[in-house]
Amino acid sequence: MSGLFDLVVNNPLLLAEAALNGLLLGGVLALLALGLNLIFGVLDIVWIVYVDLAMLCMYLIYFTVQVYHWPLLAGAAAGIALGVVLGVAVHLLIITPILGSPPVNQLLATGGLLFFIQSLATFLWTTDHRSVRLTLPTIEVAGMFVSFARLIAFGLATGGLLFFIQSLATFLWTTDHRSVRLTLPTIEVAGMFVSFARLIAFGLAVLVMVGLYLFLTRTYIGTAIRAVSQDRGAMSLMGASPQRIYTVTSAVGGALAGVAAALLIIQYSVHPYFGAAFGPITFMICVLGGLGNMFGAFVASFIMSEIISIGGVAWSTEMGYVIAFALFIVLMFIRPGGIFAKRQ
Amino acid sequence: MTRRAIGIAVLVAIALLPFVPMGGMRQYVLHVVIQIFIWSFIGNAWSLMGRFGLVSLGHGAFLGVGAYTTTLLWNFYGLTPWIGVFVAMAAAVVLALIVAYPCSRFGIIGHYFGLVTLAVGEVIRLLLIAERDWTGGSLGLTLKTAGDASFKAIQYADKRVFYYGSFVIWIFGLWVWHRLDRSMARAAMEAIGEDETAAASVGIHVSRFKLAITSLSAALTALGGVAYAQYIAYVNPETLAGVGVSLRIVFAVVLGGMYSLLGPTVGTALTISLSEYLRVKFGVHFIGMAETIYGLVLVVFIIFLPTGISGSLRGLFVRRRATTPAPARA
Repeated sequence: MSGLFDLVVNNPLLLAEAALNGLLLGGVLALLALGLNLIFGVLDIVWIVYVDLAMLCMYLIYFTVQVYHWPLLAGAAAGIALGVVLGVAVHLLIITPILGSPPVNQLLATGGLLFFIQSLATFLWTTDHRSVRLTLPTIEVAGMFVSFARLIAFGLATGGLLFFIQSLATFLWTTDHRSVRLTLPTIEVAGMFVSFARLIAFGLAVLVMVGLYLFLTRTYIGTAIRAVSQDRGAMSLMGASPQRIYTVTSAVGGALAGVAAALLIIQYSVHPYFGAAFGPITFMICVLGGLGNMFGAFVASFIMSEIISIGGVAWSTEMGYVIAFALFIVLMFIRPGGIFAKRQ
Repeated sequence: MTRRAIGIAVLVAIALLPFVPMGGMRQYVLHVVIQIFIWSFIGNAWSLMGRFGLVSLGHGAFLGVGAYTTTLLWNFYGLTPWIGVFVAMAAAVVLALIVAYPCSRFGIIGHYFGLVTLAVGEVIRLLLIAERDWTGGSLGLTLKTAGDASFKAIQYADKRVFYYGSFVIWIFGLWVWHRLDRSMARAAMEAIGEDETAAASVGIHVSRFKLAITSLSAALTALGGVAYAQYIAYVNPETLAGVGVSLRIVFAVVLGGMYSLLGPTVGTALTISLSEYLRVKFGVHFIGMAETIYGLVLVVFIIFLPTGISGSLRGLFVRRRATTPAPARA
């Protein structure tokens, strides 16, 4: 515990920075988790390959933007389109033939696809790290590196956010300024570093989530998707075609992978093992939030990202993940239905 | 009678393999076969659980615990792996119980069990990296050398020693599988795999059977990990723990067929031979090609031959011989 204690007592600014970065990472994880969770909730199948699909979209965006010099938005649109195609393809080619087999076989089939995509990416594009980076200047304010653009963007990003996140962000934002002035004479302040790319990603992630929420609650097909996730059998009795809904769900899930890819590529480099790095944590978030529970997955993303971020600063990156995974295991035992499930 | 004769002939052929004149190829052939033996044994250990619906995606954890326990005990305390292997197996069993008891107690089955074990595998891998002061982090750890031939350290420059050693371990794994297959425990475990509540209602002690089978599987996996570490004389968190290796074990078994005795061996032999063949054929130019083909084959198999190569072949023979169809297995 000494690492965390040190951080809280001696370096509150670093802690605040870690928390803020965790919040921003949470936005991206939430986006990945939402798409997976949608599929998970409706089809009751774990697409182990999900993050690898996002990785393929990242490669597409990388090549269109960096090699063919498309505008970033066009690249992102292409990425999302690829996501839709991949989602539908996985569903029709791999899931449909084995819909009736045990869940474990379905999980392994998508796992085999994971191997295929990972190795194909290594084969085609080698293990080089590739990224589309947005470079933005930072301004030094009294020993602290802060960019006003970042802060403004952060304020904008939080605009579309749920109330509690917004207040938390504003809280952090103001403490940041205060702590600079108050602690400057006594502690050598390293300054808070928040990446602008992450802020944009976070803001857009929130917007997409709101869009998904509206899609699921306000449209006919969205309502049907939610209905299937609640009761599969009853749905076909009502005259709806589950097969069509599965396909639409897979397409939407794939599109979300594309959106996540567009937001990930501006802050992380893409490499064939990207899926392996983000995959496990994404499944944990889905399960932790509760199968098909969008709000649960959203909150779980932030819990996990904060643990990873603060744990990473307090001890080491690996320990951050260790704590997050251990927490997942323990919570699975205590609340198998997710953190928001009612006790049986 | 004929089956026994074929079996004995195969065993004799395996036993004589190191004496076949192969010129410069001998070391290489032995190396490939040793790997097949060790990974088949590990796959076998996994399938003890996997065939009853306890699909673990974190067997890398037991592999890592096993390999690192003996290696650290040898490197830092000079404890011979002959004793270390028992410590390693005990450690793996303790870990298995820590995970399996709550899983059994809180009814975590199916793909939830898979995800919990996946997390366990990652925890072990990340802990091995985080504790870099002893474990060398992601750079791995080399076993302290003890000469060209040391019985105490189980280190031999001559591959034939490891060849026979891994052969014995492989046979041992098959024997355990066979014993379990013929025991009452198998019937009980199959009932549990089908429906836990129904199994409990006819008087099967569900938790006890699940914990026992998980412990057995973990202990054997740890033994496999130790064998591999001793042979390669180097341990690394990526090759011995975490999601990657865990899935590799599962896939080899699924490919070969987890419901038959030789399934894990067939699957492992096939995947290792395929990757070796492609590696030799294409050299370093087509890195990833082997796994690409492997992944594709895997998906096709899971869709079309859910009982794996070995299981499907056997199903075919059974159907031909008798008019009754092969028992359908999920």
